[in-house]
Amino acid sequence: MLTFTIRRLVLAVPTLLFISLVIFMLLEFAPGDPMAQVPLTVPPEVKEKMREALGLGQPIHIRFWKWIVQFFWIEPQVLIDYYFGTSFSEGKLRVISWQTRSPVMDIVVQRIPQTLWVVGTAYVVAIIIALPIGIYSAYRQYSWFDQLGTFVSMVGFSVPPFFSGVLVIVIFSVQLGWFPSIYDTTLVVDSWDSFVKQLQQMIMPVMVLALQITAQLSRFMRASMLDNLNQDYVRTARAKGLSEYVVVMVHVLRNSMIPVVTVIALGIPAIFGGAIITEQVFKVNGIGQLLIGAIQANDLPMVQTLTFIFAVLIVLFNLIADVLYGILDPRIRYD
Amino acid sequence: MTELSKTQTTLNQPEPTKPPRSQWLDVWDQFKTHKGAMMGGILFILIVAGVYLGPFIWDIDATQIDIRSRNQGPSWAHPFGTDQLGRDLLARMMAGGATSVSVGITAMLLALFLGSFIGVLAGFFKRLDGPLMRLTDLFLALPLLPLLLVMMLLFREPLNAAFGLEQGIFILIVSAIGITSWMPTARIVRGDVLALKEREFVLAARSIGTTNSKLITRHILPNVLSPIMVSATLGIATAIITESALSFLGLGFPPDFPTWGRLLFDGVDYLQQYPERVIWPGLAISLTVLSVNYLGDGLRDALDPRIRGR
Repeated sequence: MLTFTIRRLVLAVPTLLFISLVIFMLLEFAPGDPMAQVPLTVPPEVKEKMREALGLGQPIHIRFWKWIVQFFWIEPQVLIDYYFGTSFSEGKLRVISWQTRSPVMDIVVQRIPQTLWVVGTAYVVAIIIALPIGIYSAYRQYSWFDQLGTFVSMVGFSVPPFFSGVLVIVIFSVQLGWFPSIYDTTLVVDSWDSFVKQLQQMIMPVMVLALQITAQLSRFMRASMLDNLNQDYVRTARAKGLSEYVVVMVHVLRNSMIPVVTVIALGIPAIFGGAIITEQVFKVNGIGQLLIGAIQANDLPMVQTLTFIFAVLIVLFNLIADVLYGILDPRIRYD
Repeated sequence: MTELSKTQTTLNQPEPTKPPRSQWLDVWDQFKTHKGAMMGGILFILIVAGVYLGPFIWDIDATQIDIRSRNQGPSWAHPFGTDQLGRDLLARMMAGGATSVSVGITAMLLALFLGSFIGVLAGFFKRLDGPLMRLTDLFLALPLLPLLLVMMLLFREPLNAAFGLEQGIFILIVSAIGITSWMPTARIVRGDVLALKEREFVLAARSIGTTNSKLITRHILPNVLSPIMVSATLGIATAIITESALSFLGLGFPPDFPTWGRLLFDGVDYLQQYPERVIWPGLAISLTVLSVNYLGDGLRDALDPRIRGR
């Protein structure tokens, strides 16, 4: 198992390098000019100087190498400095955003808590709802509960977040006026009132995101339970005289959870990507919204870093899912 | 007992009494029993017919501006009302639907072609299997929505210049969605081809000297048709949603060229006064995707010979 994990970790390095190259090359073809906003009165030679100041003058491979060094060597040093008060990164050039002229990672670090709060809560809520639904609809297959569950998850699959988000805004903020339609990130939770306020503004985005995730997870849970319910060991357990609760909740559930756990792990990076739209609808200033803003402003270092962070998350959680599968299911031997 | 005697008599008869049934007739019979799939299929056909044939009946131009009758509610002259420039919303819904559905179907065909091609190659030729599957893994590891957005940003201008505004953006969106969504199909097809390759009929065909290309087109492809068809239906759904998402983020079709996602995006500004402007396009997207999903669900059941006949 350990050798497998190490081998996969080593394999992840070329994958990530390739992805970073793809992203870099894609952005290289960008027709957008970061100097487009500079007034026409600025003479061309000054513009050329500014361009060089942004690091645009050098050939592609040197810039790619510089970006790699900045991202993998200098940024971790900044992190170490921050935690331990050392000064490894002093005077070294970090990845700088073209929009704000401040280090990209600083902005990302500012934005991540909002995303994690909203998306993380939605994911937890969805798991809590989806698992019981999946278990019960598999146990009572083709009952009205199962049919209803199928229909709801079909709807959850089909209604895109930009519609369900707008719909809940129409219902709950425009018609009923219960919740604010815009997520206020400056809110500091320090009293009961502000906590209630935070809860109110989180309900709608969490609801929208959780609907989608619940739909997928409950289907998966149901299918996995159905696979196991007809197995011989279940009949044996019943024949031994175990109670129905023990049979379903201990014997079947534990075996059915194996694929579901890996699906949950695989879904985490997709949530970051999918949350872009939800963040846009509710004006949550998380990393998804940061990406959209950066794309519209032609801020290439920011777009590059964010896309790469998403890629790292996907590769990482793929690895985690594979390892989890091997740990949970001893029948699967990778070596 | 009666069951047994019945089979006995059937066995004793010199000729089969029932005419032989083709596979597709069986599939159709199974498909008919799935109520959701039938309803989904009918709804999808209705929506497609509505958006393509509707403009012949309701022949108001979707881009005609009539500023005097702006922001009207539903009436007989404008069943869905009009927008802030007085354009008829029913006509815009139909024009938008035609674009959205065309994008969905074309992008699905492209993704399907790429996916089946790579899947068959990887499954059939052992030497290509490793590299092609690594390529698939790499594509699966790419963050798709951010990448799509970046592609929209980058290639919009050159393609617009080359093919004209509408044509250019159509090609861009279709190819962007197609290139980023072929991976699941490729994986499924490869798995099926790997299993099929070991079967006796392939060996038999090979032993009489069938060339590789004939073997693939005559023996392998027809047998992997069912997973391809299922991913086709699901592919339409994802393509429509992706296109709408791009339009919703303002990176899809230009403003005067309606699609369902764009109409929804435009309607959000008037959310408080005219919520129906958001609800119609959103409902259209959701219903189309829902019907396609049910259709795919039914097709999957109908094409699976283990379930069929139960």
